Amino acid sequence: MPHVCVVVVGAGHCGLAMSRCLAERSIDHVVLERGEVANSWRTERWDSLRLLTPNWLTRLPGYAYGGADPDGYMSADEVADVIEAYGADTAAPVRTGTTVTSVRPAGRGYAVETDDGGWTADAVVVASGACNVASVPAVREAVPPGITSLTPAEYRNPDQVPEGGVLVVGASASGVQIADELIRDGRPVTIAVGEHVRVPRRYRGADILWWMEAAGVLDERYDQMDDLVRARSIPSMQLAGSLGGETLDLNALSGRGARLVGRLSAIRDGRALFSGSLPNVCALADLKLARLLDTLDAWAARSELDVPEPPERFPPTAVPSPPPLDLDLRRGEIRTIVWATGYRPDLSWLGLPVVNARGRLIHEGGVTRFPGIYLMGMPFLRRRKSTLIDGARADSQELAAHLATHLDSVAREAPHHAAGRG
Amino acid sequence: MSTTDIPVDNGVNVEALLGVREALGDTPDIAQFQWRATTEWVRGTHSQSSVETFYGFGEEQQHKTTFRYDADHPLAFAAEDNGVTPVEYVLVALGSCLTAGAASIAQQRNIQLRSVTATVEAAMDLHGILGADPDVRNGFSSIKVSFQIDADASQADLEALIAQSQKRSAVYDVLTNPTNISVTVN
Repeated sequence: MPHVCVVVVGAGHCGLAMSRCLAERSIDHVVLERGEVANSWRTERWDSLRLLTPNWLTRLPGYAYGGADPDGYMSADEVADVIEAYGADTAAPVRTGTTVTSVRPAGRGYAVETDDGGWTADAVVVASGACNVASVPAVREAVPPGITSLTPAEYRNPDQVPEGGVLVVGASASGVQIADELIRDGRPVTIAVGEHVRVPRRYRGADILWWMEAAGVLDERYDQMDDLVRARSIPSMQLAGSLGGETLDLNALSGRGARLVGRLSAIRDGRALFSGSLPNVCALADLKLARLLDTLDAWAARSELDVPEPPERFPPTAVPSPPPLDLDLRRGEIRTIVWATGYRPDLSWLGLPVVNARGRLIHEGGVTRFPGIYLMGMPFLRRRKSTLIDGARADSQELAAHLATHLDSVAREAPHHAAGRG
Repeated sequence: MSTTDIPVDNGVNVEALLGVREALGDTPDIAQFQWRATTEWVRGTHSQSSVETFYGFGEEQQHKTTFRYDADHPLAFAAEDNGVTPVEYVLVALGSCLTAGAASIAQQRNIQLRSVTATVEAAMDLHGILGADPDVRNGFSSIKVSFQIDADASQADLEALIAQSQKRSAVYDVLTNPTNISVTVN
């Protein structure tokens, strides 16, 4: 089996950012990608999807957006083009069409098996993505026949959705975006709302992400969080890039005719049962939004920023009174259910127990307890912005530094390994 | 927020709670609890329930005494009012759970509470339990909880406190979400 110092798994923005950092340190490596570069951006996104972050925020080591629309929001294909060009720019050593089938400890390092040969490596960077699999709750099994179920990974556009009413389960970014698209297509949409993060698209004349970046909110570190487990489970913000500067919160959706119900709790005898907690989850989101805006306003005042628009607060989420607690799925009102209930990574190919008994990834800012095994691209990996493309910029640089130190220690203990470094 | 140097004391041992949370990582099974109550019929709609033991933290546990509760229907139901109705116990449960949560969260957030009163009101249409209308449910048609809180904290802080209490309340969950109940006889 050939030896390489580092195997990077996944040629998305994280894998290629890490590749760039390794190249800068002359660390010999290979990037293994099961599909084509930026595979999931090309194959697992719906047609109208745009980043929910403005283009200027798409930054990677050695790359900044240079296009004509810095305040716009790239489409999935445009993101894939950027990532592809980024990899080509430094001739990143990518092997496409190569699926990793296992990673096992081997001597001081690891043996990486693929469907097209294997390598031994001193270190492995897992950059295969946080959203490989749509997480669908077990309650899906109780959906009566005749109703189509779709996950956001399968959804492409309204034309593939059967005529008739749609129940969107989940009101985070994917849920509100898909619900909005279907409402605009003329469908009756019911949206089941659990915990969510409400933000305006623009605040006091600037994009909310500009504010969060400038005020340091996106740079909050994992080791500063009181409750990191909670911070890593925070759902994605209710934002869209496909509406220009419009806010896409529950008031916007109900204003366009969406019916709000509580979190989907159970399906019993063909009836969907919704939680009675809808008023409280909306209150929680409204209060959290107000705290965010307080933080941003306080930062602006401290920084003596000259912001023409004054502070603004938004009306509370309008909750139906009373909210419906159930819906008979056998009556024909709902023909499709979209399960916008989150995603999880698929690490089944990694033959190492990097998850605990509850299925949570165990790592210290991307450094796992297996020396030389690193994680990238996971929510709040090292900072709040780790979930965003820009997060890979600092994360890859910091993890590459840690990795280089690890390689030095491996080399010191077994001098012949140093032959792989330029 | 308390602006004095006196530490906030709502009487909640937050360290102990956080200690349990920490321990769960290594030994998740200690979190499996079983609560119990035994109900003995007395006469008519009057029963007496007792609560003495529960299972948790890996072993059988005991309350410091056996607690007893009488339940009955009121005189207006042509009964004897030897105790509150079962549904009133549910309101007691909800008020207690949300109030306990408020105190714990206030302790964690350094908010000194001086007084907290929760008024719990539940509407019910008797057509349900009387079987007089199949479209009316047996249980509550709605529940309203009103908190009055005296504390050194802003309105927003208190709203956030109570919102968080609901988010982490067992009884709130029992009432807002479905729960499986299985019942056997002999």
